[in-house]
Amino acid sequence: MLNIKNIHAQVGDNKILKGLNLEIKPGEVHAIMGPNGAGKSTLGNVLAGMEKVEVTEGSVDFLGKDLLDLEIEQRAAEGIFLAFQYPVEIPGVNNMYFLRAALNAQRKYRGEKEMNSSEFLKLVRTKIKQMNMRDDLLRRPVNEGFSGGEKKRNEIFQMSVLEPKLAVLDETDSGLDIDALKIVAEGVNQLRNKDRSFIVITHYQRLLDYIVPDYVHVLADGKIVRSGDKSLALELEKTGYSWLED
Amino acid sequence: MSEQIEAVEQENAEVHKRIEQTYKDGFVTDIDSDTFLPGLNEEVIRAISAKKEEPQWLLDWRLKAYAKWLTMEQPNWAKLKIPPIDFDAISYYSSPKSNENAPETIDDVDPKLLETYAKLGVPLHEQEILAGVKTKKTQVAVDVVFDSVSVTTTFKKELKKAGVIFCSFSEAVKDHPDLVKQYLGKVVPIGDNFFSALNAAVFSDGSFVYIPKNTRCPMELSTYFRINEMNTGQFERTLIIADDGAEVSYLEGCTAPMRDENQLHAAVVELFILNDAKIKYSTVQNWYPGDEEGKGGIFNFVTKRAACNGNNAKVSWTQVETGSAITWKYPSCILRGDNSRGEFYSVALTNNYQQADTGTKMIHLGKNTKSTIISKGISAGKSHNTYRGLVRISKRAEGARNHTQCDSLLIGKNCGAHTFPYIECGNSTAQLEHEATTSKISEDQLFYCKQRGISEEDATSMIVDGFCKEVFKELPMEFAVEAKALLDISLEGAVG
Repeated sequence: MLNIKNIHAQVGDNKILKGLNLEIKPGEVHAIMGPNGAGKSTLGNVLAGMEKVEVTEGSVDFLGKDLLDLEIEQRAAEGIFLAFQYPVEIPGVNNMYFLRAALNAQRKYRGEKEMNSSEFLKLVRTKIKQMNMRDDLLRRPVNEGFSGGEKKRNEIFQMSVLEPKLAVLDETDSGLDIDALKIVAEGVNQLRNKDRSFIVITHYQRLLDYIVPDYVHVLADGKIVRSGDKSLALELEKTGYSWLED
Repeated sequence: MSEQIEAVEQENAEVHKRIEQTYKDGFVTDIDSDTFLPGLNEEVIRAISAKKEEPQWLLDWRLKAYAKWLTMEQPNWAKLKIPPIDFDAISYYSSPKSNENAPETIDDVDPKLLETYAKLGVPLHEQEILAGVKTKKTQVAVDVVFDSVSVTTTFKKELKKAGVIFCSFSEAVKDHPDLVKQYLGKVVPIGDNFFSALNAAVFSDGSFVYIPKNTRCPMELSTYFRINEMNTGQFERTLIIADDGAEVSYLEGCTAPMRDENQLHAAVVELFILNDAKIKYSTVQNWYPGDEEGKGGIFNFVTKRAACNGNNAKVSWTQVETGSAITWKYPSCILRGDNSRGEFYSVALTNNYQQADTGTKMIHLGKNTKSTIISKGISAGKSHNTYRGLVRISKRAEGARNHTQCDSLLIGKNCGAHTFPYIECGNSTAQLEHEATTSKISEDQLFYCKQRGISEEDATSMIVDGFCKEVFKELPMEFAVEAKALLDISLEGAVG
């Protein structure tokens, strides 16, 4: 579903990705690990289309489309979802209202009928139940005054409503205590199926105890330098990344 | 929760319906008008007074104001660049000819005028409005001011049953001279400022409201101001009196055609609130703002003031200012009665080359008086948006309280937001709070919205709407919809 070939990307003059290759098939979960500054978050931002990240070389094919040719919101409607490391606050804008606007914008793009409020409400209720979440977040403004854990939960909830084809979780575990981590991981696992793929960016093996990946990649200095199965994560936990310098 | 969403849903449908053109109200009504030649002198004032068949005392009052105006200078303390105004190039009176034999009922009003208001979405046919009741639309009585004259006032009979007087200013002078004489110019004296003095000299019409004792006005009252003629100024006066225990909600809307020349609108609004009475005054100001290069547009120089003369009196100003090339306006509250309360909720949006210098004055005189100021300024394009406010606590205002919140939102790199809060405190028991923020719509916010599938334009309007929420919730529902739509229209071209 996703084929990244020889991607080079930079922010300003700072070259971050330097020839990254990655192929993901439907239903697969790929974990991306690696030291600080390796370019993990930049990979997510390249896929989402962040303007300040400039792709200078390479290609990204997503379900037969040239992803780099699409606008940010088009990519979202095509099925790319980025769970932000730092979810953004939008004061005064009701979370439900925001989410319905997002869903309907995507549906409109795909030529599907927009959801009216009662249909949407029904959907939200089902999802809340599925995800074992409380609905108090919904009535509040988008991420405003949310705790770190609440923000991350809200990201996963948005994902469950938008039902993307490929979800990129950018350090979704950072700043979470173990209980919050479990809730978030459970949410992600609920959404795993044979068609939906995940890229899980993380520093710690801990998250991968709960979201078990099919593949683990080590990203260093803008390239994937090693790939393996979940045992690679355990190995990294022991050895750290110092071997990279050899 | 579902009701909430439905309300939002409905609102959005309305909003989108209204965002079809940039300035949708910019058309001209082709109508024969009786328009004075441009120029200002005593003769013109006498002529206006004669047209209105005014009593001598009112003519004397006008002439006194004119004499005072001649000695005054146009104020220049505001953070505005005002091109010189040639007061002799303005026509001070323009009336649709068909209006000469003052139409008694709506059926006598020129169809062209009715068409104009239908286009603007102002309901004038009472039957239609009554029919609208079934579809849950609120009933609103409207006074319609076209250039210099009031064209019609709806629901007069129904209001009369409740003892409420709602009519054009000219009618009030004829039918209720004692009330007019008692209150006119008592809160905004003729020499108050340059523009109010000019208004006192040449005002041609406006609305008059009197709510009798212990009466809650059975419907919302509204005045719709329209400037149509070229080179005319609009100078109207609104006078509202809420007697002991009375209550009224009043709405005001304004539009004008798109023209390359600037036009002057210098209005005066006076409110009197007696013991235990309440006035809620809401404005959606959408005068033509000029084009993208800053050509044309209305100069909106307005004096609005409320006197809470009674104990426990309450006044609330809510304004949404999106129009006008230049806005100079400070709706104020004089809190004379003990325990009286003043509120000011404002959203002012400027885009392109618009300039706004707006805010409020809260004058605390009585004991335990309270005031609240919430001001939201949004600047886009190359515009400048200024909040200017005064909170004055007099010596004898024991236990007075004020809370001020002043937020500015900047869109783009070429606009400016300025805040000038003045505080004068003469009593040590007073409690004053002031909060202020300045923010920008951040790239992070836009990226976040877009990543969820929302376009940049929709994201911007959503963020601005969220920013204004505290003020919008003070507006009557239908006005809130209008206000949201206006913000979206006014922001067009501000993004990207």
